[in-house]
Amino acid sequence: MNSVTLILIGNAILSLFLITIWGLTLNGMVMKIVARVHGRFGPPVWQPFLDIIKNNAKRTMIAHGTMFFLGPVFRIASGIGTYLFIPAIFGSTVFSNFSFSGDVFLVMYFIFFGQLGMALGAGESGHPYSPIGVSRGLAQMTAFEVPFSLAVISLAVQYNTLSITEIVAAQQGSILNWTIFTNPLAAIAALIALLGMNMHNPFSIVIAPQEIPIGPPTEYHSAYLGMLQTNRAIFNIAKLVLYMNLFFGGATNFITLILKTFLIYIFTSVAVGVAFPRFRTEQSIRFFLKYPALIGLLAIIIVSIK
Amino acid sequence: MNEIMEQLKQIFKLNEFNQEREDLYFITAEKEQLVSLLTHLRDIHQFTSLIFLQAVDYIEDNLFQLTYMTHNYDKHISLGIRVKIDRQAAEMSSIHHLWEHAETFQRELKELFGIDFPGSPGIDSGFVLEGWEDIPPMRKDFDTVKYAEKTFFPRPGRKTHDPAEYMKNKLYPENN
Amino acid sequence: MIFGKKRKVVTKLENDGLKAEEKELFCDLPPRTYKGLGKYVEKFLNWARANSLWILGFGTGCGAIELRPLMTARYDMFRYGIAPRPTPRQSSVFIIGGYASIKTIKRIVRSYEQMQSPKFVIALGSCTINGGMYWDSYNTVNRIDYYIPVDIYIAGCMPRPEAIIAGFEALKKRIIAGKAEGANKYAENFSWYKANQKKIIKDWNMPDYNW
Repeated sequence: MNSVTLILIGNAILSLFLITIWGLTLNGMVMKIVARVHGRFGPPVWQPFLDIIKNNAKRTMIAHGTMFFLGPVFRIASGIGTYLFIPAIFGSTVFSNFSFSGDVFLVMYFIFFGQLGMALGAGESGHPYSPIGVSRGLAQMTAFEVPFSLAVISLAVQYNTLSITEIVAAQQGSILNWTIFTNPLAAIAALIALLGMNMHNPFSIVIAPQEIPIGPPTEYHSAYLGMLQTNRAIFNIAKLVLYMNLFFGGATNFITLILKTFLIYIFTSVAVGVAFPRFRTEQSIRFFLKYPALIGLLAIIIVSIK
Repeated sequence: MNEIMEQLKQIFKLNEFNQEREDLYFITAEKEQLVSLLTHLRDIHQFTSLIFLQAVDYIEDNLFQLTYMTHNYDKHISLGIRVKIDRQAAEMSSIHHLWEHAETFQRELKELFGIDFPGSPGIDSGFVLEGWEDIPPMRKDFDTVKYAEKTFFPRPGRKTHDPAEYMKNKLYPENN
Repeated sequence: MIFGKKRKVVTKLENDGLKAEEKELFCDLPPRTYKGLGKYVEKFLNWARANSLWILGFGTGCGAIELRPLMTARYDMFRYGIAPRPTPRQSSVFIIGGYASIKTIKRIVRSYEQMQSPKFVIALGSCTINGGMYWDSYNTVNRIDYYIPVDIYIAGCMPRPEAIIAGFEALKKRIIAGKAEGANKYAENFSWYKANQKKIIKDWNMPDYNW
């Protein structure tokens, strides 16, 4: 192994570590903001850290089989994979990750991959609620993949590339170069898909604790759950960074990244989530396949005509 | 209601008839005639709903009294049919073919009073007590205090007063 | 299967309540005690455990109705790090909401054994302490602590939400002091607890130890 590879790995670990901390803090802040909207004080901002420490410090653990053990591993692999193939900060060596070797399609594959691994693992737990949660999750996922894929295709046509770094590079210079201004229809379709991806309120039926208990991870506990929670933070921030790169001009330093991801999260998922009640699965599928899919199609058509 | 009673009396042997409220009546029927009486009431006089089926333990008379409460939704009249059955060989004909939910009531009675309803579906499966081994707990000869003390590890330090004595002492202390 | 530390005591339980084909589905090892990871690490972990209490509400008694207001804006238990959790696997505090009958103690025991240690138990109301107003009933368990180890009793009939919050604070102090070792106590006195449970649960149709 030569020194270049070692530096790359070191950079990736550092970038992953920082982004995990920021993801967990962001989750804590969102919990606090939602609580304030409800008129409560809400948990402290560091609550997600405590939960993860507590879950990992549980003394007993049970496995229901190999796939059960591998479920969270697949999930966290998907979270880390999603993040590591996105250039988090444009022009930075530490935060560019492995973006040179993968494009947006690889990232999209990683977004889907974790759910499939989780489905296999949760299925082996033998708990009847897990497959119900899994089937709901996969159905909803397939639905919001449609507008998201259409938006990505539209971007590919617009920028004539699939590399995220090049898409970000094309948006530099002025705020008016951002995709949200140059191709607003694709941005709208993708942002609606983001609502589903983040599993905030209108589309939270999969992992809401009040529904069929907590969905796929019903049987996951202790360190498995700790792993899933860590993944939730990484995955969440990875998706936000992807959106920031595709539609909001990327970031040139860490502060910009924090600000942009925070604002995207608050103004899409959280603000919508606290204002709207929860959809049932078939309602959300119908929702995604109707207007967002049409907007995505329209975006492709308009971009192709130009 | 009185007309219905007159008609019923010509067919069935009814012992008592009393009106508790404007819309609540009770009659006492014979054990053998009960199923035909309920069928008659349901099909001809529109008492289409079975509200409850309950039992009372009259240990002094060596009797169980079953009460079948039916309701007529056209006239909004409730009619309770009381049947007295022997306490020793407590057995009654099942009415689950008239009202399906009667089987739940009958399961409950079987478990808590030990009244058997042969032919009722699932009559022997547990209702609330799982694996009960003593005599049925709602029978009056079952001593709950003794049973609880024997079974449940009572926490020491509990004081128990006879309610009548205690209130007398508290309200009229000068009498003592 | 247990991951992590090596097991020491391996004495097989019979799982006598089960049918032959079901026996292999359940664990037949008794629970064992776990030691902490060293003084200072354990202190830190206990602090984390105390500030992240995930509750499993066992709402068969009337006390469950007093847990609901805790989640509302008025009492807001989330600010103390307390959150409801729908499954026993993930929760760390077991709240028994009032009287337990024989039928429910069976479920309580199973849920308690499915929780992962360290686990804590809060029992609400007089009924769990000494049977309360149902002490002489044929079907109400008088003392919960004869069947599972209880950390905190909250007296009252029923306790108000404020009292429950005070109980949680007491539990936190107990956890931070390292005294809340109910799971170890259960493992140490396993045969005594099982004997008490089997004394009242007459149709024992579950595994002797279910994970």
